[in-house]
Amino acid sequence: MKQALKRFFDGDLWYSFSHSPIVILSAVVTLLIILAAIFAPWIAPHNPFDLAAIDIMDSNLPPAWNEFDGDIRFLLGTDDQGRDILSTILYGARISLLVGFASVAFSVVLGVGLGLVSGYVGGRTDTFIMRIADVQLSFPAILIALLIDGVARGIFPRELHDELAVYVLIFAIGISGWVQYARTVRGATMVEKGKEYVQAARVIGIRPGTILFRHILPNVTGPVLVIGTIHLALAIITEATLSFLGVGVPPTTPSLGTLIRIGNDYLFSGEWWITIFPGVALILLVLAVNLLGDWLRDALNPKLR
Amino acid sequence: MTLLEVKDLRIEFPSRRGTMVAVDKVNLHVNPGEVLGVVGESGAGKSTIGNAVIGLLEPPGRMAAGEVYLQGERIDNLSDNAKRKLRGKRIGMIFQDPLTSLDPLQTIEKQLVETILLHLDLNENEAQQRAVDLLRQVGIPDPDHRVKQYPHQFSGGMRQRVVIALALCAEPEVIIADEPTTALDVSIQAQILELIKKLCIEKNVGMMIITHDMGVIADVTDRVAVMYRGNLVEEGPTAKILGDPDHPYTQSLISAVPRPDKRLDRFPLVEYIESAGDAKKSLDVANHWLGQARDFGDHYTGPLIHVENLYMRFLTKNSMFKSKREYFDAVKDANFEINSGEIFGLVGESGSGKSTIARMISGLYTPAEGSIYFAGTDLTQITTEKKRDYFRRQMQMIFQDPFSSLNPRKKVLDIVAEPIRFHGLASSRAETETIVRDLLDHVGLGDKAALKYPHEFSGGQRQRISIARALATRPRFLICDEPTSALDVSIQAQILNLLKDLQAELGLTMLFISHDLPVIRQMCDKVGVMRHGQLLEVADTEQLFENPQHEYSQHLLELMPKLSNVKAA
Repeated sequence: MKQALKRFFDGDLWYSFSHSPIVILSAVVTLLIILAAIFAPWIAPHNPFDLAAIDIMDSNLPPAWNEFDGDIRFLLGTDDQGRDILSTILYGARISLLVGFASVAFSVVLGVGLGLVSGYVGGRTDTFIMRIADVQLSFPAILIALLIDGVARGIFPRELHDELAVYVLIFAIGISGWVQYARTVRGATMVEKGKEYVQAARVIGIRPGTILFRHILPNVTGPVLVIGTIHLALAIITEATLSFLGVGVPPTTPSLGTLIRIGNDYLFSGEWWITIFPGVALILLVLAVNLLGDWLRDALNPKLR
Repeated sequence: MTLLEVKDLRIEFPSRRGTMVAVDKVNLHVNPGEVLGVVGESGAGKSTIGNAVIGLLEPPGRMAAGEVYLQGERIDNLSDNAKRKLRGKRIGMIFQDPLTSLDPLQTIEKQLVETILLHLDLNENEAQQRAVDLLRQVGIPDPDHRVKQYPHQFSGGMRQRVVIALALCAEPEVIIADEPTTALDVSIQAQILELIKKLCIEKNVGMMIITHDMGVIADVTDRVAVMYRGNLVEEGPTAKILGDPDHPYTQSLISAVPRPDKRLDRFPLVEYIESAGDAKKSLDVANHWLGQARDFGDHYTGPLIHVENLYMRFLTKNSMFKSKREYFDAVKDANFEINSGEIFGLVGESGSGKSTIARMISGLYTPAEGSIYFAGTDLTQITTEKKRDYFRRQMQMIFQDPFSSLNPRKKVLDIVAEPIRFHGLASSRAETETIVRDLLDHVGLGDKAALKYPHEFSGGQRQRISIARALATRPRFLICDEPTSALDVSIQAQILNLLKDLQAELGLTMLFISHDLPVIRQMCDKVGVMRHGQLLEVADTEQLFENPQHEYSQHLLELMPKLSNVKAA
């Protein structure tokens, strides 16, 4: 373990990381947002999900520095139901991040699994999987997610749906993103399959499943990591978009997207803070994650080094 | 009068882990009408010298010290612009790969005329005339017509002739050729070398040929400079260097070249080049795990491998209908036997089907027709994986490319232990580890190698790891598919020595595949010659080399590079 750490800090990846200030800044911002989201119940001044604690009389209050109605209890103001914007952003980031990470994990597992099988087995299996991927690619991802959400609303009764909304969202975003992983991994698998170490394993008699997971999988994870990082930002945006369209999480447990939508209704009546602050939080998070992903892609690509 | 002179050259490649000195204290000179050979193994710095002379060092590489003179005039401190004018005009260049050194989208004429107009004071018509003349000089038939064609309409050898014409078109004083024939077939190599030699004398230009191939050196050079790890170790007339070298490195390099004319027991003097690792103890094979259980329980006395009417087909055009599918016959009706304890060689050009046969025997491919008997059992009739495992354990394979045959994400310990674990050949974890360490030590790497990753080793060392992995099932039959073709000659000699030692110790039977006839002669007891998927001739090695029966075998033997100048070792 010690040796592995030493290898990491001695390696090119750490060198490239420690020599680019923007990447370090992105990593710090991402980390801060993640930590803030995790510890939201302890650091947030209010609990916006607790219906008993919010007061409709506090609704639409501007940020604290506003000299007329500013209230020191609500640093960034309140929304139309009297929820503290800062607290809601912290809690909302939890949902955004949960949906982002979970749906990326779901896409990765599905996409990498299908990609490995497709690339290694080849033939009809490959054709079958790749044609499904092609068909799926001809729909916009958001449309697929909308479709799945719509179906879920049709199947589950209203109460149950609100409870399951986050999981439906994870499934919907996850299923719309697996194709990229499958294609990348399929290509990489086909290259690795032809290499002699795989043939050596076959000569020993190792079974295909073991070869796939023990030999090929570790050698195709590099690009997956890169796509995963960029996809994370995309998944967070997709969640926000769906919530903005009103088909995401229920309004009682608002995510960043829900907040932006609520604020959108009040934007032109001067209550700008409901939309702007969650928007800035979303931009910061997505930008930081995207920069990290871009850096990782370049750092792991030997041609650009 | 010296044409080109390099004085005290030092080239450095700075990196964040310190400065790598690629070339140090090198002094060279080229006279008019003379061919100077710069020979050395990969990483010796020979190409770097060539690039430094023409001012094409890739950054971050830089000339830290030294001077380069052309006709007594210093050229290394000229501006980039002045250097560019020098290149092509006064110094011509020939690169290794003729497939990529011509622009595929322009006709030969356009490329030649462009270069001529750039450097010589001629009008368009004169330049075109000169282009045709040049092509004629380098031996391209019907140059008036062919000059209008595109590079892809020329064969590899013809393209290299065009590249030579390009190098000549501004009448340079010096030509630098970096591995000019490495990408070409043996027969074409001979023609190109002859052409280079002839042009050198006719036009009185000086030439520097950079190569790793002692055959090329013997064929064309007047003087040779031997590079070893960035230093010039020896320089002198070709006959002297090849026949009676002074420096121990040159001696070992020359003795490592496989001799086509005589079979030796071992390659002598190869220890100088690379100590493979720090192997310590010598293993008592008979009493070690490796030497035990060598009785495979079948008391079979016939030939260990017997291949009968073997066919392999690859689908080249798929179709819904069986009758419309098209196939390529990679192996046609192969028949041969390999006796126990024998090394059987398969030789042939690339694409002749020799690797396909190896892959069918090892079970990577399923033959289209025919039988493969291993110790009397027909392998093609085995249906279950369990039964096949029994035979898999008895035969192992060593692959060609040491850089792709080891999984880069695994430690050497796990790579070598994998067959032992899979076949359950050791009773405990600790025993497995001891066996792996012993194996690594035995192939000359030392037991500390177990904890490293493959990328920490050189090509030759990796091939040793491959050999250790192949031995880890305690096989009795070893398939070596071009095991040394990716390695330098001296490393090749070491690996071949190792394989010979192991074969003798363990009584292994081997199938040895190579395109290199001298290697075959040094290694094999019996040889099969292949072409276009057919086994043309099978004979004892000595008999084949002294008295080849088939026309094609005779042809191959004639093309074999002969180091007629080499009298040493």
